[in-house]
Amino acid sequence: MADEQNKDVDQVSGVETTGHQWDGSKELNNPLPKWWRYTFYVTIIWTIGFTIAFPAWPFVEGATKGLLGYTTRGELAEIVAEAEAAQAPFKDRIAALPIEDVADDAELLQFAQASGASTFRTYCSQCHGSGAAGGIGYPNLNDDDWLWGGTQDAIYLTIAHGIRQTDEEGYATDDTRDNAMPAYGRDELLEEAEIAAVVEYVLSLSGQEHDAAQLDTGAVIFEENCAACHGDAGEGIQDLGAPNLADAIWLYGGDRNAVTYSVVNARAGMMPAWSPRLDDATVKAVALYVHSLGGGE
Amino acid sequence: MADQAVSVEENQPLYVGREPIFPKAVKGTFRTLKWWIMAVTLTIYYVTPWVRWDRGAFMPDQAVLVDLANRRFFFFWIEIWPQEFYYVIGLLVMAGIGLFLFTSTLGRVWCGYACPQTVWTDLYMYVERWVEGDRNNQIRLHRMKWTGRKLRLRMTKWSIWLLIAFLTGGAWIFYFADAPTLAVAFFTGEAAAVAYITVAILTGFTFVFGGFAREQVCIYMCPWPRIQAAMLDDQSLLVTYKDWRGEPRGKHRKAEGADQLGDCIDCNACVAVCPTGVDIREGQQLGCITCALCIDACDEMMAKVGKPRGLIDYCTIADAEIEKRNEKPWDAWRRIIRPRTLLYFGLWSAIGIAMVVMLFIRDTIDITVAKDRNPTFVTLSDGSIRNGYTLKLLNKNPEPRTFRISIKGPASVRLRLQNGDPSAVLVKTDQVRSVKAFITAPPNWRAGFGIEEERTELRFWLEDLSTRERTSVGSTFVAPE
Repeated sequence: MADEQNKDVDQVSGVETTGHQWDGSKELNNPLPKWWRYTFYVTIIWTIGFTIAFPAWPFVEGATKGLLGYTTRGELAEIVAEAEAAQAPFKDRIAALPIEDVADDAELLQFAQASGASTFRTYCSQCHGSGAAGGIGYPNLNDDDWLWGGTQDAIYLTIAHGIRQTDEEGYATDDTRDNAMPAYGRDELLEEAEIAAVVEYVLSLSGQEHDAAQLDTGAVIFEENCAACHGDAGEGIQDLGAPNLADAIWLYGGDRNAVTYSVVNARAGMMPAWSPRLDDATVKAVALYVHSLGGGE
Repeated sequence: MADQAVSVEENQPLYVGREPIFPKAVKGTFRTLKWWIMAVTLTIYYVTPWVRWDRGAFMPDQAVLVDLANRRFFFFWIEIWPQEFYYVIGLLVMAGIGLFLFTSTLGRVWCGYACPQTVWTDLYMYVERWVEGDRNNQIRLHRMKWTGRKLRLRMTKWSIWLLIAFLTGGAWIFYFADAPTLAVAFFTGEAAAVAYITVAILTGFTFVFGGFAREQVCIYMCPWPRIQAAMLDDQSLLVTYKDWRGEPRGKHRKAEGADQLGDCIDCNACVAVCPTGVDIREGQQLGCITCALCIDACDEMMAKVGKPRGLIDYCTIADAEIEKRNEKPWDAWRRIIRPRTLLYFGLWSAIGIAMVVMLFIRDTIDITVAKDRNPTFVTLSDGSIRNGYTLKLLNKNPEPRTFRISIKGPASVRLRLQNGDPSAVLVKTDQVRSVKAFITAPPNWRAGFGIEEERTELRFWLEDLSTRERTSVGSTFVAPE
C-alpha cells in the first residue's frame, strides 16, 4: 500500500498507482490532461450562468423564468411575426382589391394560390380532404359542378358566410347560403310509389339505367314537386343551391338507393362561415386556390 | 507489492510528449521546386475568387462561385445545378484515383509537396525563420527564460501567423459570394454571421495547425498515411537513405580509420532539416512525408566533402535491392509505366473523358413531372375525366426563354395550364418554374379514344421557341375502371 511519502509506482508503465487494489490488479493514476479539466470547470461555470439567464430550474408551480426572459413560445411568436410582416404587403393589397382583380395580378394570384393552399390544408381539409376531392356529403372541389356557384366571387361568398349556419352559432349573416329540401317520404308528402316513380325519372335525367314504364308518372311528379328548385330538366339552380340532377356528379351518390334516400329524407349539409375567423385576404386566397383547382367557372 | 504479471525493467510511457522540431533552412533542387509549388498553389487559392467571368447581364460574373443560396456552382464556363452533383462526385472520384496513381508511382508526393498542411506549415516556418532566425537561434530562444526580447519576437511571429491565418480563412468565404461585394460587407460589419464564424474557425485552425500542430497533424490526425501503406509497393519512389553506400557511418577523421567507413559522415544535416523530425537513415517510416528536403541537405554535404550526390535519394525498394547487388537500377520510366499505374491512369482518364462528354451533350433545358395522386383523377359534370400534373421547367440558359408545352398521347385529350397559355411559358434566367397542368379526356372516353381504363401512357414535350431545342418526360393518364 502506498502512502504520501512512499508512492507505489507500477514497474511496467512507470506510472504511480492510486493505491487501490482489486485481486492484485492496481489502478494507474493517469489524471486527465489539464486543459481537459479546466475546460470542464469552465463548462460548470457556464452552466451556472446559463441557468440564471435562461429558464431552467423546475419547481412545483412552474420553473425559474431566467433573467433574459427567453421562451420558446416567444421565439416562435417572433418567427411568426416576421413571416406575417413579410406577407403583409401582399395581404393588404389582396384585402383592398375585389377578388377578380386579385386574380388578374399574376404576382398576387401566385401568392394567393400558395397561401390559400396552406390555409386550405389547415381549415378545410378535414371535410374536403387534403386533395380537395371531398367524399360522400362533402363536395369535390376539383370538379366543375358547383352547388352555389363556381365563380371566384361565388366561392368567396360561400367560404366567407358558410352554408346553413344558424344564428345560435353566431356566424350566420344575410349572405349565408341556405335552403331546405322537403323530406318527401319522412314527412309523407309523397306516396312510396310516387317516390319510386320520381326516382326512376331522376335516374333517367343523367342517362342511367331506369324503369321506362314509370317515366311518365315520374315526370309529372317531378314537375309538380322538384322542378321549381332543380329546374325543368333537372339542371339545377345555383342561386337556390339546388344541385344539377342531370350530370355525372352526385354529392350523396347517384344510384337508386342513394337517390331514394335523398327524396325520402332530404339532404342538408353544413359548412362553417369563415369570415369572422379568418381575415378577408385569407378568405380570398382560399377562394382563389379552390377556384384554381381545375373546375372554377 | 503484488507480484508483477510481466517483468519489464524499462519504463515504457504510454504517451510521448512532443519533442519540439526546429527544421534548418536548406537550399537545393527540391526546395526550389517546393517554393514554386507553394507560390502556385497559394496564388490559385487567394486569387481565384477575384477572377471575373462574363456570363451576361442576368448571371453572376465571378469565375468560381459556390452559390449556396441559389444552389448553383459556377466554374468558368461550366455551371452545375444541384441535380448535376454527379460531376462533383466524378471529380472527387478522380481526385481519389489520382492520389492512388501518384502514390503508386511517386509515393507520398501529395503529402510532401501539395497538401495544404505541408504548404501552410512551410509558409509558417518561413515566417518563423525570418523573425527568429534559423534552427540554432530558434532552439536558443526556445530554451531561454521569458524576457522582453523573447516576448517581442514571439509576439511578432504570432502576429504574422495570425495575419496569414486570417487571410487564409478570409479567402475561403469569397468562394461562396461575390468577392468584391462581400469584402466591403465584411469590413463594414454587414456580412452574414456565417461569414464571420467561418473566417474565425478557419483562422483558428490555420493558426494552430500551421503554427503548433504541424507534423502532429500528419502523424496522429491524418488518415491518408494509413491508407497509403496499401497504395505503395516496391515499385514506388520513396525517399531512401542508401545504407549500402552510407554505412558504417562516422565522422571522417583520419584517426578513426576513415577508409573503413561508408559515405555517410554522420553530420545529421538530414535530421536537422526534416520538418517532421524523423531520421531518414532509419528507413521508411510513418513520419516521412517525402518532402525530399533531406535529399537537398545531403547533396549539399556530399558536394562539400567531394562525394557523389544521392546518398539520400528518390529510389524504389526494387531498385534498392538491385543497387545493393552493385547492379544498374532500372530506368525511372519502367518503374512509372507498369500495369498498375496504367490501370489507375485508364480509370482516371475514363472518368474524366466521360465527364467532359456529358458536359458537352447535356441539355440546357429540362422538364420533370409529378402526377397528382390526391385525387388521381377527377370526374367532371359531363362525365369527362381530368388529371392534374405539376411540371417543373428548367431553364439553364443565361437568358430568359419561352417554351411551348405539348403532349404526345391519345389525340382525344386536351392540355391546359392552371395559369397561362401552354404555347408560351416564360422561364426566367437560370431558374426552375413550376406550372400546374390539366389534361382532360372527352366525356365518352370509353367509346374508344385511345384512353385505357386505369392507365394510359403519355409524354410531355418541352420546346424552346427560340432554339427549337426539345426535351420530354413520360407520365400516365389515370381513368376510372
